[in-house]
Amino acid sequence: MTALSAARHGRHMDGMLSALTASWDALPYILGGVWWTLGLIIGAMAVGLVLGVPLAVGQVYGARPVRRLASLYVWLFRGVPILVQLYLFYFGILAYLSSFEALAFLHLDSAFTAAVVVLGLTSAAYQSQIFRGAIQSLPEGQLKAARALGMTDRTAIMNIILPQALRLSIPGWSNEYSILLKDSALAFVIGVLEVMSRTRSVAATTHQPLPLSILAGLIFFVLTWAGLKALKTLEAKVRMEGYSHQGSL
Amino acid sequence: MHNDTVVLRVENVVKHLGGQRILDGVSLTVKKGRLKVLIGPSGAGKSTLLQCINFLLPPDEGTVYIEDRKINGKSRKDLLWLRQRVGMIFQDFNLFDHLTAMENVRVALIKVKKMDKRAATNRAMEELARVGLADKSGLYPAQLSGGQKQRVSVARALAMDPEVMLLDEPTSALDPELIGEVLAVIRDLADAGMTMIMATHQIGFSSSLADEFLFMEKGRIIERGSPAELLARGSCSRTMAFCAKLSELTGELGG
Repeated sequence: MTALSAARHGRHMDGMLSALTASWDALPYILGGVWWTLGLIIGAMAVGLVLGVPLAVGQVYGARPVRRLASLYVWLFRGVPILVQLYLFYFGILAYLSSFEALAFLHLDSAFTAAVVVLGLTSAAYQSQIFRGAIQSLPEGQLKAARALGMTDRTAIMNIILPQALRLSIPGWSNEYSILLKDSALAFVIGVLEVMSRTRSVAATTHQPLPLSILAGLIFFVLTWAGLKALKTLEAKVRMEGYSHQGSL
Repeated sequence: MHNDTVVLRVENVVKHLGGQRILDGVSLTVKKGRLKVLIGPSGAGKSTLLQCINFLLPPDEGTVYIEDRKINGKSRKDLLWLRQRVGMIFQDFNLFDHLTAMENVRVALIKVKKMDKRAATNRAMEELARVGLADKSGLYPAQLSGGQKQRVSVARALAMDPEVMLLDEPTSALDPELIGEVLAVIRDLADAGMTMIMATHQIGFSSSLADEFLFMEKGRIIERGSPAELLARGSCSRTMAFCAKLSELTGELGG
């Protein structure tokens, strides 16, 4: 190695080191975004669940207009990109709604609310398809037996169909969690201070996107792993006798 | 126990499924404490008839009366009233897979009869004991044998205090060695004076209990009479021919 190249190499190492130090210093700031990321996912999962279940029930058991409406919803929210929706809701619909005094307590003008609404509405469309598949996989005899006992359809759906369908939905639902986790990074475009937007702002000042991207990737990876682990535990906890295989490969 | 009160009357029921006329004008009357047995080849409409009686399949034409009350199939109130009085046993049990045996029996008591939880639990345990399954109350359907599942489903129907029970081939999905325990429960029911209509291929068993055989073919009841009449030696009834064929296949014909 010549002296020149060694010096160059050393300088390069210095640059690397200072970049890593800068990234290291930014770590608490970026980790602080985890709370926002988690807030987005949990909020969106919840909105998606609350809307997704009735959407699924409507699609399977509803009268024709209800089925049509539910399908239209699903088609719409699966079709429009989240990025477009974020702009539409944040700068359009929600900004308009927040101009009403009566709705002030909802803080509809916050970027976080807009992101939860958009991610939640989209997730509802996807989640409804998970639940619909699960409902339709149940033997038709379950509903027949419930009806034969004098249950109304509503009682049967609440007490017989959904408890089984929701259990069967958990594996598909885990998938939705990891998809939402990554979609939540899009919220940076309207300024939610979640992991990705913090990473980008630090990268913009330190000019070291690579280590920071690796760091962000690691954070998302850990969040995915922890969430899936939690859902797996839930699945085992509520599993129906005879519906899943015991043991593992 | 036998008296002449009519519990169930079906008049001229017609049902189409998938463009085919499955029931072609069926009428029957069941008095209190009687057991009517539907026999006939598969596809004859036995199962469809039973499901038309409690409107799981609403009839296209015809009328169903329970205790002289004409059921209006368009009225939700009528249907719920009817179904609380008509118990149903399915060929493949249809136990609720996410509930234990006890909870299977209890759920409709709580959700339909609005009983409080403790009373419903007690009632459920009584009914399970009646079918000999008190010790299995905490098990899930997947942990029970076919015969046990069917007995739980009988307990589930009985807990609702039905006026009449519809049994749709209750032993057809069972392994041969498990049929006996279910038939024993049905015999107990008949002895206790339960009014029943049962579709079955268990000719030997049912001929000792049935008040009347109804032989169905192509959506009609084409023969009816006491088992003794229809299965008399030398009888040339359609029923006899069918039963002879059955026994050729299974090697058993009682009665």
